[in-house]
Amino acid sequence: MSILLNKNTNIIVQGITGSEGSFHAEQMMEYGSKVVCGVTPGKGGQTATVNKLPVFNSIRDAKKEFQIDATVIFVPPRFAATAIIEAIEQNIELIVCISEGIPTRDMVTVKNMLDKSFSTLIGPNCPGLITAEESKIGITPGFICKKGSVGILSRSGTLTYEAIDQVVNVGLGITTAVGIGGDPVIGSSMIDILKHFKDDDDTKGIVMIGEIGGNMENDAARWVKENLDKPVVSFIAGQTAPKGKRMGHAGAIISEGSETAEAKIKILKECGISVANTVSEIGITMKSLIG
Amino acid sequence: MKIHEYQAKEILKKFNVPIQEGYAIDNSTDIDRTIKKVQTDFNSEAVIVKAQIHAGGRGKGGGVKYCSTFEDAQDAANTILGMNLITHQTGPEGKMVNKILITEALDIKKEYYFAITFDRSKNSDVFIVSTEGGVDIEEVAENNPEKIIKAWIDDSPNALDGAVKEIITSLSLEKFENVEQMFKDLYKCYIESDCSLLEINPLVSTTNEEIIALDAKVDIDSNSLFRHPEIAAYHDKSEEDPLELKAAEYGLNYIKLDGNVGCMVNGAGLAMATMDIVKHCGGEPANFLDVGGAANVETIKNGFKIILSDKNVKSILINIFGGIVRCDRVANGVIQAVKELELDVVVVVRLQGTNAKLAKKILDESDIELISAETINEAATKAVEMIK
Repeated sequence: MSILLNKNTNIIVQGITGSEGSFHAEQMMEYGSKVVCGVTPGKGGQTATVNKLPVFNSIRDAKKEFQIDATVIFVPPRFAATAIIEAIEQNIELIVCISEGIPTRDMVTVKNMLDKSFSTLIGPNCPGLITAEESKIGITPGFICKKGSVGILSRSGTLTYEAIDQVVNVGLGITTAVGIGGDPVIGSSMIDILKHFKDDDDTKGIVMIGEIGGNMENDAARWVKENLDKPVVSFIAGQTAPKGKRMGHAGAIISEGSETAEAKIKILKECGISVANTVSEIGITMKSLIG
Repeated sequence: MKIHEYQAKEILKKFNVPIQEGYAIDNSTDIDRTIKKVQTDFNSEAVIVKAQIHAGGRGKGGGVKYCSTFEDAQDAANTILGMNLITHQTGPEGKMVNKILITEALDIKKEYYFAITFDRSKNSDVFIVSTEGGVDIEEVAENNPEKIIKAWIDDSPNALDGAVKEIITSLSLEKFENVEQMFKDLYKCYIESDCSLLEINPLVSTTNEEIIALDAKVDIDSNSLFRHPEIAAYHDKSEEDPLELKAAEYGLNYIKLDGNVGCMVNGAGLAMATMDIVKHCGGEPANFLDVGGAANVETIKNGFKIILSDKNVKSILINIFGGIVRCDRVANGVIQAVKELELDVVVVVRLQGTNAKLAKKILDESDIELISAETINEAATKAVEMIK
């Protein structure tokens, strides 16, 4: 078992004719992902990647020939919201948006549509998700993953990899790792992903990585306390970040007291979550709980 | 992106929001002429001279002066233009005033606070208003939280009408007939200009029974600038840290801090986590630096150049998670960059991920002075201890 994604998931790539899109489509297929075709408006009829995947002008056209379960979006930020909206309108179940730099206003529109749809959106500005030894959607390096019992969710890309690597190195391995993205408006929140991990029998423990800015970690902590009986290890990046400075991610900026790393760590601990003191201790902390 | 008050007022004016009028200048030879022009154009003997810097708290710092005569205004303008203004937001080093705004003086009856921003937790925009205007709103929030009123604008059909009515009632502005339209125009401005913050502090009622924006602070979502070339042109490079600007030219994300351990990391979250562990090991990080997903020789070299422009830096901690880009390649990149730049500070390198063991071997066997480490903890400890 896993969450959201397995070896049978049929995936399309929006923006497959771009350099990022074609490179990562190939990487995904190398890992075992079932990438069936690509979409780039105006380039229908062409083929892309070394595997000569067919390219369609629209998802609507692609759906006439393929069963589609998921899409991954690698299009420039100014067109990304339109690409997400196309996928929502075509009722694609899982939409993963890798693109970074989408205007907040566009994402507010997307989010409002999403709430009334059947689609789940992961991202934007995220590495996507990977189910160990089965399939990946996005840019997570597959080489570092081994199948195991820990689910990972994170607001940050390389910290997701770091957590996977540590969990694998202590001998636990992962079920699915999900990077939810570092923007102020994202498709799936921490709680959304925690709900999936709750229902997945193979996931015995969960690593939840947050950072400064927003209140998502605080909401997730309170949800865990009320609803989850699996051990959760958390880490919050940005304890030394100065107030009012945007630390890389558009969402990583402290504007209120509850958005500091210190405040979040306090709430997480109060809700019974084990918080790793440093980034080095994520794996061993999980090992001590479910090893 | 932050912009100046006079620029924010130019935007507001396009949306028909009544503003306190004036002219901005950056050259002292224009002072006399501009004061006279403000006095005649807006029929106001008294004028206000306002420093144009991005930081708040200008009034308390001496950057805003009410002048009842032409001579007073001359003095104030000559003093403020070119002064080093220190406010609670500039830091102790202050900020050079390169531009001033000379405006009409209004007869103020009452001051209000008004802002629109985005509330992440509710995924909707929110009006924030208070009858306590013209003062530091954070102090009001701290001492009199009940005096801050919020009204959310969600995506339901009449949300804006409802929120506007709510703030008009809470500020008791019912008797001003244009005020409803003005709040709607402000919201239109906020949406159509992709503002992340639109703040009017104070919004005033005058003895002529008008409502006017006396000040304006507007932040624009940088990701949206591609569709606002006229706002992108407002970018004032003199307001930014020169090193941060240079890093941005290299495509690197750099923020200067006060410590002496330089950090070079791929990914924003890991970069923050690396700063944290430096502190945890008893050191002080000198910077935040995210070199992005693809760490190659060029980005690493540029990263070194930026970090070393900060003369406080005594050691550099490189922490790269090699995923798609394998660690052995990153290791060779680091070695080449160190050789080419002839570095004379301690460099500690920790590479993790694909081919990490091979990378460590490459680093250990190279003929340059590098310290390699396996865990972040070990790397941070070494980077801190080597310079004690």
